[in-house]
Amino acid sequence: MSAQFLQFLFSGITVGATYALAALGFTLIYNSSNVINFAQGEFIMLGGMLTVFFTGAGLPLPAAVALAIVVPAVVGMLVEKLAIEPAKGAEVVSLIIITIGASLVIRGVIQVWLGKGTFSFEPFSGNEPIHLGGATLLPQSLWVLGVTALIVVALWLFFSRSLAGKAILATSCNPVAAQLVGINTQWVLLVSFALSAAMGAVGGILLTPLTMTSYDVGIMLGLKGFVAAVVGGLGSGLGAVAGGLLVGIVEAMAAGYISSAYKDAVPFLLIFVILFFMPRGLFGARVTERV
Amino acid sequence: MALLEVRELSKAFGGVMAVQEVSFEVEPGIVYSVIGPNGAGKTTLFNLITGIYTPSSGEIRLDGQPIAGQAPHRLAQKGMARTFQNLQICMNMTARENVMVGAHLGLDRNLLKGMLRWPALRRADMALREKAAELMAYVGLEAFVDSRADAMPYGALKRLEVARALAAQPRILFLDEPAAGLNPKETSEIDVLVKKIADGGVTVVLVEHDMKMVMNISDRILVLDYGKKLTEGTAREVRRNPDVIAAYLGKAA
Amino acid sequence: MKRQRGLLVLAVVLLLLPLVLPNAYYYDIAIRMAINAVVVLGLNLLIGFAGQISLGHAGFFGIGAYATAILTTQFGWHPLAAMAAGACGTAMLAALVAKPIFRLRGHYLAMATLGLGIIIAIVLKNEAAYTGGPDGMAVPALGLFGFELNGEKQWYWVFAANLLFSVWACTNLMDSPFGRALRALHGSEVASQVVGVDVARYKMAIFVFSAFFASIMGSLTAHYIGFVTPNVADFFHSIELVTMVVVGGMASVFGSVVGAVLLTALPQALATFEGWETVAFGSILMLFMIFLPRGLVPTLAAKFGRGD
Repeated sequence: MSAQFLQFLFSGITVGATYALAALGFTLIYNSSNVINFAQGEFIMLGGMLTVFFTGAGLPLPAAVALAIVVPAVVGMLVEKLAIEPAKGAEVVSLIIITIGASLVIRGVIQVWLGKGTFSFEPFSGNEPIHLGGATLLPQSLWVLGVTALIVVALWLFFSRSLAGKAILATSCNPVAAQLVGINTQWVLLVSFALSAAMGAVGGILLTPLTMTSYDVGIMLGLKGFVAAVVGGLGSGLGAVAGGLLVGIVEAMAAGYISSAYKDAVPFLLIFVILFFMPRGLFGARVTERV
Repeated sequence: MALLEVRELSKAFGGVMAVQEVSFEVEPGIVYSVIGPNGAGKTTLFNLITGIYTPSSGEIRLDGQPIAGQAPHRLAQKGMARTFQNLQICMNMTARENVMVGAHLGLDRNLLKGMLRWPALRRADMALREKAAELMAYVGLEAFVDSRADAMPYGALKRLEVARALAAQPRILFLDEPAAGLNPKETSEIDVLVKKIADGGVTVVLVEHDMKMVMNISDRILVLDYGKKLTEGTAREVRRNPDVIAAYLGKAA
Repeated sequence: MKRQRGLLVLAVVLLLLPLVLPNAYYYDIAIRMAINAVVVLGLNLLIGFAGQISLGHAGFFGIGAYATAILTTQFGWHPLAAMAAGACGTAMLAALVAKPIFRLRGHYLAMATLGLGIIIAIVLKNEAAYTGGPDGMAVPALGLFGFELNGEKQWYWVFAANLLFSVWACTNLMDSPFGRALRALHGSEVASQVVGVDVARYKMAIFVFSAFFASIMGSLTAHYIGFVTPNVADFFHSIELVTMVVVGGMASVFGSVVGAVLLTALPQALATFEGWETVAFGSILMLFMIFLPRGLVPTLAAKFGRGD
């Protein structure tokens, strides 16, 4: 394996891990409410921007990070409570538009509050690159990968072992039946939005020292996370992770070997290819519609 | 020759056989009913024949031509029409427009001509408006001609489904539980309507729970149980069949 | 008939408007309203009537604008030929992607159209040799039969006539067999199938048509403004268009006009609140979808007891 290839692979996996977190967020909300939350990308942006703001306000990094996860989670719950819940039972088109509205509001508020500048903060463990097979890997990339892996394992445990996780699964499978056996489905929705927002924020925080952030990074990151979720077959957790990594790697390879100007177009070309040959994504279930 | 032939038709959902090797023939001009307990596979059978589902195996022939697995809009071209048990009315349209959609295949569907208010197309459309009102009167909906579909009561929507299907001028009409959810008076009116349609020369295939209605109007009856054909025959034959009685009342009987 | 009444009211308004427009600035706003109204009409055929979403419609508008800009300046084409080439190219692209897209539903469709729009915007930004890159490029005036269109006043009549014709054509279309089939597949896909509607073909036809519409308007707009930038094709412009459809009223021809007028005026009104436009747009989208999901015109029409 050439060093160059390895280098692209490293950067692809690093970005891909962030996409995977966003994709997991999409998947979680989609499973519990059948809503595609187009505001997911804004939580990624919030994570990065809020960490910048809180550290700038003099808070130590751990406290800033904690706040930059909690605040987006609260915003996520607000979106659910104020925008999704009142529109219950609306058409797919309407729900998509509502979440796009929410994303514009979040982005607009940050733009007015923190300005249009590009920001970053110091990596968690310095800038000393690690040499590996001729390629270099920044310590921050290890943070991204490690934390993502941790979250994936934690999510898996949450859904397979805890009662709360099973309640969410039951709700996604059949909301009415879940309600009948005593699950508070409204609570499930709130938790899903809070969890997805928090996951998105974590991704944004981890990635910021590597790629910088600004008020408008949410659209692209979120859309690519969505591509990852669709590539993996909407609704499948494993698919979301695989999709995220795949999108990240393909994007990095295309940027490296073909053209960096078209880097952002790659995930969207990928979606056409995948949807053309596998209309339900890589891991999506086949469904027969009932009439 | 039979108008509709179904041979060894099967459909599996996952591991469950919803319809299993069912065969029957429908002669032209008759009322043919499919009955059976809940979950016997009646609606699935309809969905297979009308192209909504693709059969797992088996043959379906219309006029001797194989049609299994063809898309619903192709089957419509061949003279098939149907109604739905759980109502598939376009609530974003008026009642009359719903009926007019039924005549889709008989019209000039050109986009540009439609946009430019092409005179010939306009005339045909005006004639269809009248025809749709007549059809609504035929099924007993004269009071609802200018209503919005979403403002109509359940019983009227059931009839609207029938009017829309008739607008297609079908040779064979599939009615999926036209009397479900109706009161006895409305049911007997549907009973009369189905007879009227059959007398008009349209072959009717009927799924229905109301036994009185089925026994009353059917020329032949197919009984399904657990996706399999239990028996087939005239109303008199079916009524006396011990297997049918067992299926409906339990084995102890 | 109320159909004709609406059309008549619109004609009178368009005819009398120049009497009250004080200067070129207001002419310009009126023209932008008309341009948006026509694009939104086309998009409403897809979203409101057929129930399919497109989050990449600005991309088609952009192709039209750039086809005109590039073919007339760099290849010396006649403006009409350039416009036609742009529109046909757009239609072909739309047809090409529609085939896989319309096997999908809802979320997948939103995703695919959005991706297409973004790819178009990226291409326009990156092919600087032809498009001038992010800075954009100049477009010559539209000359026809030795007569050159210039100035807001002349253009006003072009776009006013265009709008009136489009409203007339769209009302006709929705009341024709094609339009009924389209509305029927929105109401119940399976019901329209069993009466013979080839659902995939109809969705594709209206998608292609709507893209064609957007491309033509893109070409005209490029001539009018005399300059194009890649912003015409970006995601935010697509969202603006969808917002206009939603605010005016899905499946309402006159709603499209009202939505375009209001939301074209809004940024002008909000100019004093620098920076808050995005927040305002987002809030409007959400509030409308939650409290007035049918949009202004259908809601008002229902309130005053008339169908739309």
